Amino acid sequence: MQRSIFVGTIGALALLLSACQQQSADAPAPSAGDAGFARTLQERLLDAKPGDVIEVPEGTFQFDRSLSLRVDDVTLRGQGMDKSILSFKGQKAGAEGLLVNANGFTLENLAIEDSKGDGFKISESENVTIRGVRVEWTGGPKTSNGGYGLYPVLCRNVLIEDSVAIGASDSGIYVGQSRDVIVRNNRAERNVAGIEIENTINADVHDNVATGNTGGILVFNMPALTQQGDAIRVFRNKVVENNHDNFGAKGTPVASVPAGSGVVINSNDNIEIFDNDIADNRTANIIVSSVYSTGYKDDKASGEFDPYPERIYVHDNRLSGGGDSPDRMDFKALKVAMYGLRGSFPDVLFDGYVNPQRKDGPQICLRDVSGVLNADGPGGYKNPSKDTKPYDCTLPSLPAIDLKRG
Amino acid sequence: MSLHRWLMGMAALLALAACSGTRTPGPVHFFPEGMPERLSDWNVLYVDDGRLRLNAQVQPYDLDTALFTDYAHKLRTVWMPAGTSARYQPDEALDFPVGTIISKTFYYPRGEGDTVLRSDDAGPEADGGLTLGKVRLVETRLLVRREAGWIALPYVWNAEQNEARLMRTGELVPLTLADTDGKHEQVEYMVPDENQCAGCHGTDLKSRQIFPIGPKARHLNHDFAYADGPANQLDHWQRIGYLGEVPQGELPRNAAWNDAQAPLEARARSYLDINCGHCHSQKGAARTSGMWLDANTHDPLRLGRCKLPIAAGQGTGNRAWDIMPGAPDDSILTYRIESTDPGVMMPELGRSIVHEEGVELIRQWIAAMSAQECGA
Repeated sequence: MQRSIFVGTIGALALLLSACQQQSADAPAPSAGDAGFARTLQERLLDAKPGDVIEVPEGTFQFDRSLSLRVDDVTLRGQGMDKSILSFKGQKAGAEGLLVNANGFTLENLAIEDSKGDGFKISESENVTIRGVRVEWTGGPKTSNGGYGLYPVLCRNVLIEDSVAIGASDSGIYVGQSRDVIVRNNRAERNVAGIEIENTINADVHDNVATGNTGGILVFNMPALTQQGDAIRVFRNKVVENNHDNFGAKGTPVASVPAGSGVVINSNDNIEIFDNDIADNRTANIIVSSVYSTGYKDDKASGEFDPYPERIYVHDNRLSGGGDSPDRMDFKALKVAMYGLRGSFPDVLFDGYVNPQRKDGPQICLRDVSGVLNADGPGGYKNPSKDTKPYDCTLPSLPAIDLKRG
Repeated sequence: MSLHRWLMGMAALLALAACSGTRTPGPVHFFPEGMPERLSDWNVLYVDDGRLRLNAQVQPYDLDTALFTDYAHKLRTVWMPAGTSARYQPDEALDFPVGTIISKTFYYPRGEGDTVLRSDDAGPEADGGLTLGKVRLVETRLLVRREAGWIALPYVWNAEQNEARLMRTGELVPLTLADTDGKHEQVEYMVPDENQCAGCHGTDLKSRQIFPIGPKARHLNHDFAYADGPANQLDHWQRIGYLGEVPQGELPRNAAWNDAQAPLEARARSYLDINCGHCHSQKGAARTSGMWLDANTHDPLRLGRCKLPIAAGQGTGNRAWDIMPGAPDDSILTYRIESTDPGVMMPELGRSIVHEEGVELIRQWIAAMSAQECGA
């Protein structure tokens, strides 16, 4: 009987689907129509031809398995990030909401909600556009939420704009092991990391708002991956009040990020941070650190990996507040020891790991900041220093990223 | 059983009976393009006299250690056009000729009522076929080698078990699994959609080509119980012209994961190779993680020993290291293979319940590593 039930069900769903398409203009699609569209969408993704634009109508559509696409030059487009909603609540299988492995993919004007794992992952692809997309875990910040909201990895030429990420248990917008990337005009809130650029070469992160996260904007470099990060500009962003408790699962790199972190540079070289509004991040507005502070001991990092942040240029930002109530006992103790009960950390916190072999030193150049604390991580936090002299330098500005899209 | 279903079943049986007994099917049909709707269009397997049978020249085979898929049993076959043969490769899957059709039928022995049995896969019957009254067929997946490369096609069996239809968008099939103590476990058996097939078989993320995973020399290099007696599968394939020259000397060979005689290390690595290595390799989809679990990886850090996770998210289970030597309860690897949460579990696809015996093997393997503090 199973088959005839099945065939009957498909028929009924097709009827329901056509019924709800007629009324979708004035009412949200009823949930009974969703499963029909779910199957239709999956088929359209399987049958897509290069150049296809696959439209998602207005309404909330439920999926119990992840969606995937492997055809180049396809656009998946909804009617707006609050109108066309792909909901994965109750998902039974698949580690993402949408998984794409295809060049020239555009995702726009829709929402992906409550996926069990990552919201949207695109892997090993060139020319990726994500525009006007909302990824959200609607139950608010929870450790059990999926890791990443928007997640391009091993990609080349990536544009993420006008999008929103809320509630990711790792990073709202995460670009990993990629090259030539622009992340602009997005909003990331109530994630562990708002925006994270990891092991990525050539990225511009600008005009974004990161607020209410554990850490606002992170630029990380991790050992044992396909490439090391390099040449990243973070500018004209608002990185404000990122003081949410860290709800990341222990073990993830972001789990080591203290609540109240504004912009965090970890083990990356060639970073320029300028023209941002960074305020009221209660551990510190800017943190510069090494993987040595995030769990890796000297003997574990792979041979070719450079664990030291070098050539970091911070200038012309508008910095205020913050540093007044750092996360974690060691930071609290350090703050009290250095600045008193009512004092605050200065704008920049540096863990102090430097490569003793490097002739020019780390070249961490800090301008227009209220001060810096070198926490003396290598010395077990015994001899922290407020001396700003070593950071009184400038570096040449990094070039803008040109995605050459005309 | 409704009258309708009974009638349908009888009709099917009668139709079969009409041409059963001495039925000889037509030859295997390789389609160089298109996606045939019915499994029977290919004529690789056929239903006759209450049995699922293999067409002439369709060879059954098995693997030393198989991917775990919710305790499903698997009937694997390979067929190649007359006069063609596969080329030996030491590490990758054998290089099969255009026209090759590989099939894998997922089935369970039937239990009482509507249940299916949770049991070890003892392989097909002597001729390579199955008695339909004893088994619940779920799906048959085909991997077909065409001029442009491999394609994957999932076919789902009907309740009458006389036909399987192409289900490109996949399906969730609810099953009740009964173990020998009568304990029941609900399974959401997932038939993958075509793209999900590529999720595992796209072993080279860059080329996006898909490849067979099982038929590698190291997985085939052992005896199979053929109708005319046991023989090494690679020898047998050579004898019948399915495999070309092989190098002199010892060929690579994985251990059977459940072979108590084999060393723990070899069993665990074999299990990880077939269950994880298609993604967790230098070329696979999980190369982003920096953790590689295929048979050719030997660097301890790459294998996850004292390695920090990269993008595991909630998948870490609050554990710091992929593998903490000597401490399975502190290792992310065990957390993820013990989970059934789609956002946590590994492998990501292919199971909805835990492979308890497999988990036990990996736990023993990690426990046997000399204990070591990994770091902060």
